[in-house]
Amino acid sequence: MPLSPVSRWLDVAVTDVSNPDYYHKVVDCQWACPAHTDVPGYLRLIALGRYDDAYMLNRESNVFPGILGRTCDRPCEPACRRGRLDEKPVAICRLKRVAADRRGDITDRLPTGAAEKNGKRIACVGAGPASLTVANDLLPLGYDVTIFEQTPKPGGLMRFNIPAFRLPVQVLDEECDYVIRMGAEMRYDTPITSMKGLLDEGYDAVFVGSGAPKGKELNLPGRWDAPDQVHIGIEWLANIHFGHVTRLEPRVLIIGVGNTAMDCCRSAKRLGATDVKVVARRGRQHFKASQWELEDAEEEQIEIIENHQPSRFVVEDGRLTGLEFDVLEWTEDESGRQRSTVLRKEIIPTDAVILAIGQDNAFPWIERDIGIAFGEWEMPVVDRETFQSTREGVFFGGDAAWGPENIIWAVAHGHQAAISIHAYCEGRDVAERPPRGMTLSSVKMGMQSWAYDNDYETAKRQKMTHEDLTTRFADIGIEVELGFTPEQAAREVRRCLNCDIQTHFTAPLCIECDACVDVCPTRCLTITPYVSPIDELRQLLSAPALNLDQEVYVSHALPQTRRVMVKDEDVCVHCGLCAERCPTAAWDMMLFDLKLPYAGQEMAIR
Amino acid sequence: MSSIAKPPVFHPSARTNALGLRLRDYEGGMSTLCAGCGHDSVTAALIQAAWELSISPEIAAKMSGIGCSAKTTAYFMKQSHGFNSVHGRMPSVTTGAAAANRQLVCIGISGDGDSLSIGLGQMCHAVRRNVNMLYVLENNGVYGLTKGQFSASADIGSTSRKGVPNQMAPIDPVLLALSLGATFVARSFSGDKQQLVPILKAGITHRGLALVDVISPCVTFNNHEGSTKSYAHTRTHEVEAVATDFVPLKHAIDIAPSNGAVIDVSMHDGSLLRLRPATAGYDPTDRAAAYAHVRACQARGEIATGLLFVDEGSSQEMCDELKLPAEPLHDLPFERLCPGSRALDELMERYR
Repeated sequence: MPLSPVSRWLDVAVTDVSNPDYYHKVVDCQWACPAHTDVPGYLRLIALGRYDDAYMLNRESNVFPGILGRTCDRPCEPACRRGRLDEKPVAICRLKRVAADRRGDITDRLPTGAAEKNGKRIACVGAGPASLTVANDLLPLGYDVTIFEQTPKPGGLMRFNIPAFRLPVQVLDEECDYVIRMGAEMRYDTPITSMKGLLDEGYDAVFVGSGAPKGKELNLPGRWDAPDQVHIGIEWLANIHFGHVTRLEPRVLIIGVGNTAMDCCRSAKRLGATDVKVVARRGRQHFKASQWELEDAEEEQIEIIENHQPSRFVVEDGRLTGLEFDVLEWTEDESGRQRSTVLRKEIIPTDAVILAIGQDNAFPWIERDIGIAFGEWEMPVVDRETFQSTREGVFFGGDAAWGPENIIWAVAHGHQAAISIHAYCEGRDVAERPPRGMTLSSVKMGMQSWAYDNDYETAKRQKMTHEDLTTRFADIGIEVELGFTPEQAAREVRRCLNCDIQTHFTAPLCIECDACVDVCPTRCLTITPYVSPIDELRQLLSAPALNLDQEVYVSHALPQTRRVMVKDEDVCVHCGLCAERCPTAAWDMMLFDLKLPYAGQEMAIR
Repeated sequence: MSSIAKPPVFHPSARTNALGLRLRDYEGGMSTLCAGCGHDSVTAALIQAAWELSISPEIAAKMSGIGCSAKTTAYFMKQSHGFNSVHGRMPSVTTGAAAANRQLVCIGISGDGDSLSIGLGQMCHAVRRNVNMLYVLENNGVYGLTKGQFSASADIGSTSRKGVPNQMAPIDPVLLALSLGATFVARSFSGDKQQLVPILKAGITHRGLALVDVISPCVTFNNHEGSTKSYAHTRTHEVEAVATDFVPLKHAIDIAPSNGAVIDVSMHDGSLLRLRPATAGYDPTDRAAAYAHVRACQARGEIATGLLFVDEGSSQEMCDELKLPAEPLHDLPFERLCPGSRALDELMERYR
């Protein structure tokens, strides 16, 4: 982490807290979020009942709070500090939904398209979250943004692959519309068949956000003998959405155990299937589906079968009657590699098979001779920072860039690509990335009074209420999760530890009275003679951390003894007691506000 | 004061002692002393010492008198016994408790006002009797609770916050205790737990009265320039005579080797004190040498710290002198506790 060279008195590698990354990393959830949403900030707004403000703060970084509040893969939650205190993380995702559900009319607070155009034209391929984010960022700057979409509606995979019982259509429509109404030109039912042709239309830049739309195939014996009974997961989900599929046979096997498989099995239940089994090649610990999606599926009495590898489609008289599996046993060899041995064969009878074993990108419409290089797996070569392809002015983002990820990644890509497109159109170097900024402001209100609730909430994570099992299957559009009640939301937001309220230390003020060290509930603080490297210093701490991912703060040499104040950031609960017990205000609690650069706002941060 | 109670969360690697208790299980209520008060660090050191010694909270008795120091007992070992006595009377109340139940671990906390002014006589006699107790004297040179007047331990020339120098000679509890025959005398500093914690552990284990004078700065009324009991002054004028390592019973001696001579003192319970004199030739078992050393330091304007004198071998604590039984009085059967009217009659007969 950032260390400044030399302390004033001693050769101490002092932690440089003026680098925004230092305090940012302390805010675990915000650091883990690809879009770096200010989670503690909006949770405090929810606590105050300021749902509109909470929604707008969310939207700034993640554009689709209502959608993500239901569907996000929540990288923030496993990162949550509460999880390191032997507890469950704060239900961040579902609190985001609270802000979205309870907001009033915020339409007059949304960004608007610029009245004066800058004359630059941008084409976006695909109307999914990545393209919509690019449009969201560029329209206010005066760009003309045209979005080409092969289907009749916006949203991309958010619409076709996420069933309505998880994401109501009106929520999706509303949030897509917030972007579109800024002045995006939507070309629906317009698949792009030639990149060359698109480039010839003279756009100043092209953004490819066409997703990873091709479901993987399972070419086993018998696959094509009864094709009507075998479906590709994501195509099948899209067909449900469009009403092409309305019912299903009673017995269904879902192959694969990712989140798409979970959506497929639960959709099957709603289309009349009664005996739904999900079959996985490996054991539960290797499942790709999120834990909560597995739980939701099992709540709906879906059976999950482990260690079964499909080997043959069993077709009799032109009808699929079952699927034959190798039943596997997995062992680990000396090098730690997993190896399987076949124990026996087993046929599971079924009326339909749905394949949910992954997705591929497909770019048959991009000519290979126009300067866009393709690498391994027929994937375009895209710069990880600029999102630019090998052809200047052509950018990729979302699943189209590096394969399937979650919505929040697509949004993060969109923001970065928009920065690149703006720089490119202004003739600046796209590789020169705008820096992140920050503000720090004291939250001290009085002797022992802070502008945040520093008391520790001992309540457990609130449990989401689900629609009754008997009623939820009546219609695929019935949302299963009912959302938190206001009481639940109030309780849950109080569980947030306010990791963005930073403990900020000013070494020259310290009189080394030990008050902070003594009062710290998790023993984060130590005053010690300085040693380096940091691994040795860690051994001198009052309570050495188990998790080494969080940094250790090292102060300048202290005035009286020239020892250093060391703070292990790992399990600080941000209760502010160190600052309350500090007689000289050497410790202060300061609100850290990360200033993220967005297209057109780069200069504001510096 | 603090606005909230300490959050009930633990460091994920929090260890437990022989009783299965965590360090934080030895805490008490939230301190209402001033932020930065030395007394809170003494509290933390007591918590650390009690936890490391695996003292059962139910056999400890925390005794205090009046003053800022007297609040200390509320801030550690919340499950232990406690007695907040009349001003200066902590030693006599503790004497009674120690006599009534020899199994109690008596921890007396006092201050320079409580012990050197109103309770001076009480302290002296507790030392003379060698009551089996830890006697912590939180010494900050002022009456903090009445807004900072000089106390009896203020040094000549030490100034008040308004700049007025003290003219009267100080009472030094260490010199006083040495002259009264104390069997365990130490001085330490609230800002130096590395020194303080082993001394407290040794003091608790010592059979007899262990006087520990702790310079514990008053951050509100006596931490300015010109004060001789401030954090900065103590740090620059402290001279450690002896470094103390405490080796509990049944533990391998695992102590950093030192270049100088080492003096081992066996405690009555089998644990070991390993003393490392900082100045060559200092003998912490020689009362006269200890007295001379403290006086010499005083003359140079220095503060002698460390375990200055210990006499474990010949120490007879009060209950030994009184030939009290080992078990608590309340456990004695009535027949043993009360000899009956016939025994009284016989006794009375001797005076006729």
